[in-house]
Amino acid sequence: MITKKDLEHIGWLARLELSDDEKEKYTPKLNSVLDYFNELDEVDTEGVEPTYHVLQLYNVFRDDEPGIGSITQEEALSNAPKKQDEFFKAPRMM
Amino acid sequence: MATINELKESMHSGSSEEIVAEYLERIEKSKLNAFITVAKESAINRAREIDSKGEKGMFSGIPIAIKDNISTKGIQTTCASKILSGYVPPYDAHVIERLKEAGAIIIGKTNMDEFAMGTSTETSFYGPTRNPWDMERVPGGSSGGSAAAVAGGEAPFSLGSDTGGSVRCPASFCGIVGLKPTYGVISRYGLISYANSLEQIGSFATCVRDVTMLFDVIAGHDSRDSTSVDRIDTHLDARTYASALVNDVKGLKIGVPEEYFDEGTDKGVENSVRDAINTLEELGAKSQIVMMPHTKYALSAYYIIAMSEASSNLARFDGMRYGLRTEDSDWHTTFSQVRAAGFGDEVKRRIMLGTYALSAGYHDRYYLKALKIRTLIKQDFELAFKDVDVLIAPTMPYPAFKIGEKIDDPISLYLSDVDTVPVNLAGVPSISVPCGFSGGLPIGMQIIGKHFDEAAILRTAFTFEENTDFHNKTPEGM
Repeated sequence: MITKKDLEHIGWLARLELSDDEKEKYTPKLNSVLDYFNELDEVDTEGVEPTYHVLQLYNVFRDDEPGIGSITQEEALSNAPKKQDEFFKAPRMM
Repeated sequence: MATINELKESMHSGSSEEIVAEYLERIEKSKLNAFITVAKESAINRAREIDSKGEKGMFSGIPIAIKDNISTKGIQTTCASKILSGYVPPYDAHVIERLKEAGAIIIGKTNMDEFAMGTSTETSFYGPTRNPWDMERVPGGSSGGSAAAVAGGEAPFSLGSDTGGSVRCPASFCGIVGLKPTYGVISRYGLISYANSLEQIGSFATCVRDVTMLFDVIAGHDSRDSTSVDRIDTHLDARTYASALVNDVKGLKIGVPEEYFDEGTDKGVENSVRDAINTLEELGAKSQIVMMPHTKYALSAYYIIAMSEASSNLARFDGMRYGLRTEDSDWHTTFSQVRAAGFGDEVKRRIMLGTYALSAGYHDRYYLKALKIRTLIKQDFELAFKDVDVLIAPTMPYPAFKIGEKIDDPISLYLSDVDTVPVNLAGVPSISVPCGFSGGLPIGMQIIGKHFDEAAILRTAFTFEENTDFHNKTPEGM
């Protein structure tokens, strides 16, 4: 069971500010989904390896130089809601 | 409704500009809300350019609609979310580069569930899309706009993405063809991620040939997506999927997984799909029952994995480099407020459940458990494919439901995906084709294949289509 207090903690981890109304609304809905997920407890997975990915993945390396897929600084900044000179402008840390 | 070859034919006497203008007019008059952005000016300009140069690419001068989670340089791409309202990508997705090389013209960006999280296109910030067969019903999701646009005659073909059924579901609900290829066959470069280990870009059209032609153009290796497959032992880069379109299923072995016809399945859907299997048998195929005992657990495993991946993928939306930005406060508060203001309810719920499933103390119980079940589902498919060439099952357990009918009850909505999600967990290809009607609404059946064996499912779908006429029926007035 997720409580309203748990939800606040999850909201903090996920960087999602939740209103009191949302906390009321979401708690029962999230619990009903988690209840449903609990059906997985009945499956015996002893000795079964997890599948993170369906394909055999391998690392892809390239030289650390701008190549295909790189965009200009101007393009990179073109959607920034706040910028200063050639930088993204972030909120203060503290 | 015109096929791609018919449009190419008509261009000999007419022009691309006429074709593009005709589709734009239909979009303008439409009440479907299939599009978030219509690229009117750039589409007309490009059509004129093609007409004057007489370009002769595979799709030269043919308009295409693109789901709004696929990056298009210079055209707004929102993922149907408030948080990306006004975002204009500085680059094209790999599939868009390929389409442009082939001469296709992007006519607009289509509506979808916010960040592709849904089965009905009702969670869009830009309002729901309607089903051309019944305006009170959903077109399916999450690529509902792309499917409704094709079924409603607003585009001859379109692109969607399929994470847990998001191409096949709306294809089924809108009475058209939708293909989800093998994981890794199409580059995801420029597709805005929701659950990256599950999703593939897929194609919609009114017939199997058009879907295949589109697939031929967009499939192939791309070094910018590390999960893009580069195999010389397959015909991936040969671009010859069209050669699989043979009207012949003699000797084809069809597996029928009874688990996909459980008690929740509408009788009309079950009868249509069984009739379709009979039709293929009359044409020389053989069918047998196959057991896929872990199917029942696919839904929970899928949602846990998808939500977990989503909670990580959507961490990038912080209002710094693009998207919505609220009043600045300190670092943590600003990001939390940006995301609170920018995401809708379903996206917030999935991020929270995913965060929970990955958090200390719950990771093994939910996320790791789901990944182990994924192994069992994959093994079900591997075992079934030892005996058969393709599997046939309903795409959706029922025809399109009413707008508002399920949206307030997440579980009831999630349950709609019961027949589509196992395919994504296993990474195998699947195509949904029209196979009947129930209460005047279209029904789709899915033909599922082995990894990289798109040829078998395309041939089966093509043969069925050549010998039936379900795909020729169109919604009234469309």
